[in-house]
Amino acid sequence: MSAAVEELQPQPTIVPSAQPPGAEAAFVIPPVVKSRPQTLLAIPVGACIALAIHFFVPKKEVVPPTHYYPLVLSVMLGLGVLGAALYPFFPGLRKWMRQMCPILGIATVTVGIWELITSCLEWLPLPYFPGPEAVLGSLVSDRALIFDSTWHSLVLLISGYAVGVAVALVTGITIGWFPHARYWGMSLLKVVGPIPATAWIPLAMVVSPSALISAIGLIALAVWFPVTMLTASGISNTRASYLDVARTLGAGRAYLIFRVAIPGALPSIFIGLFMGLGTSFLTLVVAETVGVKSGLGWYVSWAQGWAEYGKVYGALVIMAAFFSTIMTVLFKVRDRVLVWQKGVIKW
Amino acid sequence: MVAIAPDPVASKAASLRVRHVSKHFPAANGVGVAALALDDVSLSLAVGELVSVVGPSGCGKSTLLRLIAGLLTPSSGELSIGAEPITSPSAERGLVFQDPNLFPWLTVRRNIEAGLVARGVLREKRAEVDEFMRLVGLKEFADAYPHHLSGGMAQRVALARALINHPQVLLLDEPLGALDAFTRMHMQDEVLRLWQTHRTTMLLVTHDIDEAIYMSDRIVIMTQRPGKIDQTIPVDLNRPRDRSSSDFLRLRSNILELLHFAGAALAGNKS
Repeated sequence: MSAAVEELQPQPTIVPSAQPPGAEAAFVIPPVVKSRPQTLLAIPVGACIALAIHFFVPKKEVVPPTHYYPLVLSVMLGLGVLGAALYPFFPGLRKWMRQMCPILGIATVTVGIWELITSCLEWLPLPYFPGPEAVLGSLVSDRALIFDSTWHSLVLLISGYAVGVAVALVTGITIGWFPHARYWGMSLLKVVGPIPATAWIPLAMVVSPSALISAIGLIALAVWFPVTMLTASGISNTRASYLDVARTLGAGRAYLIFRVAIPGALPSIFIGLFMGLGTSFLTLVVAETVGVKSGLGWYVSWAQGWAEYGKVYGALVIMAAFFSTIMTVLFKVRDRVLVWQKGVIKW
Repeated sequence: MVAIAPDPVASKAASLRVRHVSKHFPAANGVGVAALALDDVSLSLAVGELVSVVGPSGCGKSTLLRLIAGLLTPSSGELSIGAEPITSPSAERGLVFQDPNLFPWLTVRRNIEAGLVARGVLREKRAEVDEFMRLVGLKEFADAYPHHLSGGMAQRVALARALINHPQVLLLDEPLGALDAFTRMHMQDEVLRLWQTHRTTMLLVTHDIDEAIYMSDRIVIMTQRPGKIDQTIPVDLNRPRDRSSSDFLRLRSNILELLHFAGAALAGNKS
């Protein structure tokens, strides 16, 4: 059973990217499992390089001195050293560091390079490309509004996603199970489904009583299509032998649908949920930019209107953290619901 | 070890009658001549009898089982259990396939419970789940998911899942076909033990002549396309049977000859 138990250990799925700015870090090759001293020292070394750039390379950009950026780097350095010191004593920490150190180390260096080519060398034109210090400074100074925007985005996203998924599960199961529903539903789905939800914005604005409701509707529509499609295909691809077995065990239609077809379709349904989440992010940002006057999407375009690019990048960083956290939550839900798939397929 | 009360179970077993059943399948491309899978098959099983059906692949053995299970309807003829005609699938006719077809999203325990849940009687019969898990020796795997089980273990779960409904007839469609030789012999004893404990009427479809002789009261030999019953051979050997006794081996060579003869006759007909 030990092999079975080991298989039940959660595997790393995606990396929650609560990283400092420097999205390039996402392209780093997955770290090698073996732990070497380089791995442990990646974060401290990275932080030292970035600090050296910050303090010793003369700057051309005039930034109001905030000290947030060197402070963050110093904290990274301190935590990196602390982690390396505690490394031998905590197996959990060991596993996490093996996974994360190279990525975080490279990310820190990338931020340093960013400062080098923006604030120090001014290779990129201002005000479009501020350095990390300016971005961090505007994040801190505008934190109340950014927090508020994030909250509004979260509420809008969850409402739209929930409505979309609820409707999609009903339509998907109906289309997947009943041949008549399949005939009519699939035709509709094939024609209407591929239209991007954002293309409905003009109509949504006319039809709905408020911008918020139209945004919820658009996000729901964006989620509805992939979830319906994959639910229907999952249901209609239920293995016939499972249905046969269930029938000979005395199953009625309700059992066949809810206890055979739906559990069997769940892997497919989750693919739909992930795709739907992606499209819902897109629709959320567009809807906030165009109609709803709140949320991170609105914040970005508002900051851009004032040419405050520090705020734009700050909001993008928050957005990245926000969206990937939600993605991680969905992965966790999937890991729980589809625990029976562990060892059957590679996630 | 709590013995399973034999009487209420024994009283549930029923006879099975198949009368002049034929089955056509529409041609694969939707046009042309319908394929005849079964041609005028008649067969009856007494209460508590274990009968094997052997024959070359494509002789309609599985079609016959699916007809009896109620998953298919016959093109002509009739099937009945006791006095009742078979019209649709029911928990009274358990079916075990070569692939155990365990629901991968349910643990071993929940798989075994499936029939009780489907019939809405889990609450009253929950105690039986433990009994059946003990009976097939899978108590410690109650919370394992099917993909952690070996082929033999999975098939035992499938047997328990079918038997928990106390079916009047248990239909076995090459249930041991995918197992290795040792596991297979072990499982043959297991199935016999379950059969003797439950006194269920059993119809076993198999490729394996040794298995048919070792297990059954009678062997029905079928010929290929269209599927017909060629011959029925009683197996008058005392149980438990010895696979290497001279009577066993004689019967075996007789059947092999018959099957070979059946094959040659078919080839002769075709040319």
